[in-house]
Amino acid sequence: MRILLKNFGKSFGAVNVIENLNLEIHDGEMLALLGPSGCGKSTTLFAVCGIHKVTAGQILFGDRDVTHVPSQQRNVGVVFQNYALYPHLSIAENIGFPLKIRKESAAEIKRKVHEMADLVQIGALLDRRPAELSGGQQQRVALARALIRRPDVLLLDEPLANLDAKLRLEMRSEIRRIQQETGITAILVTHDQVEAMSMCDRIAIMKQGQIVQIAAPMEMYDNPVSDFVAGFLGNPPIAFVDGALTGSVFESSGIRIELPSAAQRNGGPVKLGIRPENFQPEFPQKVSGEVTFVESQGRETLYDVRLDDGQILRSIQGHAVRAGVGERVSWGISPDNILIFDEKGARL
Amino acid sequence: MTGNYKTWPMILLLGIITVPLVLMYVYLFVDTVTNSAPGSLVPNEITGEHWRFLWQTLPGRPSIWTATFNTFLFATVTTLIVLSVSSTAGYALSRLNVPFRAFFLAGVMVLHAFPTVTLIIAIFLILQFLGMYNTLIGVILVKASLELPFGIWIMKGFYDTVPWEIEMAGIQDGASRFTVWHKLVLPQVMPAISALGIFSFLAGWSEFILPLVLAPDNKVQVLSVYLAALIADDNNFDMALFKSVGVFYVLPVIVLFLFFQKRLMSIYGGGTKG
Repeated sequence: MRILLKNFGKSFGAVNVIENLNLEIHDGEMLALLGPSGCGKSTTLFAVCGIHKVTAGQILFGDRDVTHVPSQQRNVGVVFQNYALYPHLSIAENIGFPLKIRKESAAEIKRKVHEMADLVQIGALLDRRPAELSGGQQQRVALARALIRRPDVLLLDEPLANLDAKLRLEMRSEIRRIQQETGITAILVTHDQVEAMSMCDRIAIMKQGQIVQIAAPMEMYDNPVSDFVAGFLGNPPIAFVDGALTGSVFESSGIRIELPSAAQRNGGPVKLGIRPENFQPEFPQKVSGEVTFVESQGRETLYDVRLDDGQILRSIQGHAVRAGVGERVSWGISPDNILIFDEKGARL
Repeated sequence: MTGNYKTWPMILLLGIITVPLVLMYVYLFVDTVTNSAPGSLVPNEITGEHWRFLWQTLPGRPSIWTATFNTFLFATVTTLIVLSVSSTAGYALSRLNVPFRAFFLAGVMVLHAFPTVTLIIAIFLILQFLGMYNTLIGVILVKASLELPFGIWIMKGFYDTVPWEIEMAGIQDGASRFTVWHKLVLPQVMPAISALGIFSFLAGWSEFILPLVLAPDNKVQVLSVYLAALIADDNNFDMALFKSVGVFYVLPVIVLFLFFQKRLMSIYGGGTKG
């Protein structure tokens, strides 16, 4: 179901957390609300499910205005960060709870619980208690409970934050698989750009209660609207170099780069964003500096290179190329992939 | 087992120190079923006469069974009131956006610290005015309301430890706020409910000053008052009878403790987290 937030606003007392936010989530889409803590992403999520009262604007599920509909009548499934399973009920009772509240027949509940348990692959655990399950299994139970009454929208609040690294990888693809199999509209709240990029159809990146950019993950990675977005996506992160642009030539005290397709801007201060994969030995526009940090990640090696004026560039390379700390290198930048921002951080 | 050689002198010392206390308990029981010659500590006959209060009503006193029934009723109804009010009021203070919440919390704390005796004259007058003097219901209401601050405070502490997310999840699952409390939150605080229940029952069972002042009549007399009246009666002074009634009075308490020790402990373990 299509979800629409129209001029949505939320304040707690005198504090405006979110003002005038507009967001559309397409039917069957999985959208990530990505942003640093305190940016309002969880507030938005809780407004959609009805836990927070909306202070301004409207929320629409399809054509139905649910702005003032209580949570119980909204038909929203939520997976909480700590799963919020009911400790005193068995797994089957946990999953069946929403149906029991609706007073469906015991036989019907049993059939649906088994169907759900098969979908999330926990069929063998139905008689246990939540405390007897591992984190990943509890996560699956929480998903099953959220999905069993066929909600209009599934909300996931940092669902992977409490899992260890390996399980996180597994559940990432599992949640995506289940979402695609059920075709349900989903909103994922996360501060982890990897989760957002790998799981979602589109990402809405938020900062201080505003949506900065909405786009498909790769589109956003390649064409960020601001240095904030560019800095948020990508691991290892993008490096920024301050300097001035004259015609199509970028200059700072340490480097001089010809930009082929740069926005014409005379003498203005700008900021270049250079991703680690675009700073490589074989690229044309040479820049020299001293290697200050080397981090081996197995398949790849990450280098920090300090330019002569003290600014840092990052490079990620296959582990064949080696340079030690303290060594001077002269590596190149691929001019086509440089991102240019003005002094306020907006993309030029 | 060399450790035992080092501890036995300590055990012996503690044993000797404890002997007077142990002897008192032993004689409490021994004296209820025996007679001894005056001045002697060694019993010379076994008798059941000290337990005669069980089958005959002592002159000027209510039947022991009336008093037992009254005590039981007093303790049980008090407990029920304390449990139902504490479990709901504690929840409201912990979770709901009630007006004057901070005021209520502070008020409950102050009431908990208030000595009962200072209120007794005012309570006496109020009950007299309401026509509830010398009735069980009157003294039950008074006892329950005096127990409530403690109960509410304990329950609030336990509710505070229940994660908010459980309630949010329940509401998302379509349950009303009441259903959430009843079906999801209450089961999480069952240890507190049972501990508070036992605690209130014992407090009611051993309550003395309130029934003595507010409901002294034979019809509504409870065991503690019955017992006090026995020892206050200088004309028919019978120490063995007094001890027997005392044992009879304390037996249910001992049984309860034996069965529910663990749960009583949990009230202190969990309540402090709030």
